[in-house]
Amino acid sequence: MSLLYYFIQQLVNALSIGSLYALMAVGLAMVFGILRLINFAHGDMMMVAAYLAAFALFAGLPLGLALPLMIVGTVLIGLLIERVAYRPIRGAPDVAALLSSFAVGQMLQNGTLLWMRRIGRPDQIAFPAPALLSGVFAFGPITVPRLNVVSLVSGVVLLVLLSLFVTRTTLGLSMRAAAEDLDAARLMGININRVVASAFAIGSGLAAVAGLLFAVQAGQINPYMGFSPVLKAFIAAVIGGFGSIAGAVVGGYALGTLEVLLTALPGIGDILPAGMVSPATQAALRQWLPSSLAGYRDAFVFVALILMLLFRPNGILGKRGRDEM
Amino acid sequence: MNTRRLLGPLAAILLLAALLAALQAAGLAFWQGLFVNIGLFLILVLSLNLANGFTGVFSLGHIGFMALGAYGSAILTLPLREKQSYLPNLPAWLAGVHLDMVVGGFPLGFLLASLIAAGLVALVALLVGLVLMRLSGHFVAVATLGFLVIVRVILFNADAFTRGSRTFSNVTPYTNLWWVWAWAIATLYVVWRLKESPFGRAMLAQREDRLAAQAIGIAVMPPRLLAFVISAFFTAVAGALYAHFITSFSPTVFYFDLTFRVVTMLVIGGMGSVSGSVLGVVFVLALAELLRRLEDATQLFGISQSVLALIFLLVIIFRREGLLGQREIALDRLFARRAR
Amino acid sequence: MLEIDNIHVAYGGIRALNGVSLRVGPGELVALIGSNGAGKSTTLRAISGLLRSRQGRIVYDGHDITRAATDRIVALGISHCPEGRRIFGGLSVRENLVLGAVRRKGALEEDLGRVYTLFPRLRERLAQAGGTLSGGEQQMLAIGRALMSRPALLLLDEPSLGLAPLMVEHIFNVVRELKRQGTTMLLVEQNVHHALDVADRVYVMETGRITLEGPAAELRRNPQVERSYLGR
Repeated sequence: MSLLYYFIQQLVNALSIGSLYALMAVGLAMVFGILRLINFAHGDMMMVAAYLAAFALFAGLPLGLALPLMIVGTVLIGLLIERVAYRPIRGAPDVAALLSSFAVGQMLQNGTLLWMRRIGRPDQIAFPAPALLSGVFAFGPITVPRLNVVSLVSGVVLLVLLSLFVTRTTLGLSMRAAAEDLDAARLMGININRVVASAFAIGSGLAAVAGLLFAVQAGQINPYMGFSPVLKAFIAAVIGGFGSIAGAVVGGYALGTLEVLLTALPGIGDILPAGMVSPATQAALRQWLPSSLAGYRDAFVFVALILMLLFRPNGILGKRGRDEM
Repeated sequence: MNTRRLLGPLAAILLLAALLAALQAAGLAFWQGLFVNIGLFLILVLSLNLANGFTGVFSLGHIGFMALGAYGSAILTLPLREKQSYLPNLPAWLAGVHLDMVVGGFPLGFLLASLIAAGLVALVALLVGLVLMRLSGHFVAVATLGFLVIVRVILFNADAFTRGSRTFSNVTPYTNLWWVWAWAIATLYVVWRLKESPFGRAMLAQREDRLAAQAIGIAVMPPRLLAFVISAFFTAVAGALYAHFITSFSPTVFYFDLTFRVVTMLVIGGMGSVSGSVLGVVFVLALAELLRRLEDATQLFGISQSVLALIFLLVIIFRREGLLGQREIALDRLFARRAR
Repeated sequence: MLEIDNIHVAYGGIRALNGVSLRVGPGELVALIGSNGAGKSTTLRAISGLLRSRQGRIVYDGHDITRAATDRIVALGISHCPEGRRIFGGLSVRENLVLGAVRRKGALEEDLGRVYTLFPRLRERLAQAGGTLSGGEQQMLAIGRALMSRPALLLLDEPSLGLAPLMVEHIFNVVRELKRQGTTMLLVEQNVHHALDVADRVYVMETGRITLEGPAAELRRNPQVERSYLGR
């Protein structure tokens, strides 16, 4: 029985971390779909959001106020960055755009660092977790961290809202059209600048929510916290088929599941209750899935990315892309 | 080859040697350190230029090769006695190796160790390259960044070899000005000759237009792969030199900040230009040094990185080709007669 | 209505248009013919602002649109049905049509109705993804989508390209019908027979220039046109 609980807990884990990756990946995918730009600064937007939330909470604002403040702040910064750093190089070779996003990321990181030093704070600060996001929910014998449940629910709700937006509104429709064929979208009279700005705004807003949840999960924040999540979000987007919003969502959950598997499987020989599998199997599990493998999780994840790029460059959901990878 | 064409580079090397000798004699620690830095970054940027600037395959994973070179050479040169206590879990085949011999004052072991480490890294690069070079543009960039992450994860977890997240210290300090600059000149020479060779032209051709290059019969893979492997070799050498200069380091050094620093130098100098790389290194290091002093004076830490990133961004927006683009400042024409 | 005066367009060093001037009057159907690579599509792309002319002027309805953004040009009443159809393959037929009217508010159903009258086949395919339509249906969708903005001037680029003869007849019947309804059109067409058939006036392009112009009936008897394009 306890194995079932373990499984359920791991499943919730997978779905909640998957929600965070999906929230991040969607922003990357929307911008990539339209501009062919891999926006690496996306992770740093998430970091900025976490800092905005931390300071709003430090100031004693309730979560209901801190949350919108954080989202609006991040969206504004995202729009500003699009305007000054990305719009001038539109149409440049894609590597130039990628490098530009690295530079933007560095500026956000160091800007935050500068600001922290200025106000005499250490680089890494503890994140003041709001009550709603701390503690556990108990469902009978199963306990699940509230954070995981909230991540899961907010991820699903936001992604459903997003899908309604891109299918039911003219602006959303325009975004999908621009992602399919930029010139044809222009010929419809779609204002591309407006569409791109919307993609950045929505992406930043979703990254902000993800940032808050990541920060609560880590318990602390620092200016470099966006690096790993943006890489993961990129992997998620590639797994799902880069440039497609649905693909990013599927990829996010697939990656979350993969990560939880890679964390849970090493050392599984030690935690299986006695008598569940034969001693020989248990010994084999101990030998081939030792707990020391868990440290290599990210390496395996990146190997998965590289395999994906090579063998299914258009992702799980992918159809043929417009350009070769 | 026209002997007059050798005069320019020769004069430059002599001038450099005189400068290094003067620095050595004067014992100015700060300036010596700066010149070691310039030499090291020169090797890194030139190698990256070979991979990124000439072939257009943008690698962000080179610092991973540097890390492997650094750890490789450090492990290989560790004296036997220290090795047992310092890395007790090394496998037997490696535990007995100690390339710490010095022949007539010349640290032959160090040379061997860096060559072996760099050779192994070149092999790794060949394998990685066979897989990754098939991608193009920004996808190769992110996939190679993935390689960097993989290397980092391995360094952190392979305790028996690297001591994991703990600092790897006790590295014998072999590296000095002469070592660094000898390798830097060697790198410069190789990269220069490659650029001027038919192979180099093939590389540049397929960078400009992959389809057109294929159409006139230039194979895309071999030049890309060759460039990638050679550049990984020299990058690993830079890692070895770094390890034996700084003498203690941990996996955190070899990550994104360093990658970004090297890429900044490359892009500001001009991708595809050898002399541009030299300019980029000197420009960024000089600027970084000035900004560091400004930081110390104003206590505004973080400003130097921000300003460098801003300059980088401005270069990409307003002068995408960097300072030199693909042009060269030709030393070999300095004393040569005007071309007909 | 549309006045193009001496425009020059180059793509990455290659001169595609070398001083093109032409005129389309209200209610006219003007055809632009010429061999592949003569610059016909480039001319249309320059009009709709996808490409920039380095000199010269494009004036539409009294507005100088030489440097205007494409979305503004569309808002002024020019609709461009591009070469190769360029429909949004992942979007449904209805979504494709709705996007055609993105610059206008209201009266959506009325415009949809108009398109369904011209192309009854589209009505049966509304929920289907555009990419799953046959070539002819895609062309209908592309024209229908271009009409959704209620254009005063329609730029039609190679509407018959790659279509079966019966479908070509159908498309040209629609072009005639649109003309009868008073839509001004600039038509680029490889099929010179059909183009001369429907057009009021014709321009012939060669290597980025206009080499010949005149009423369709007159050009049909021009020996050079006969030799080069009508194969007689």
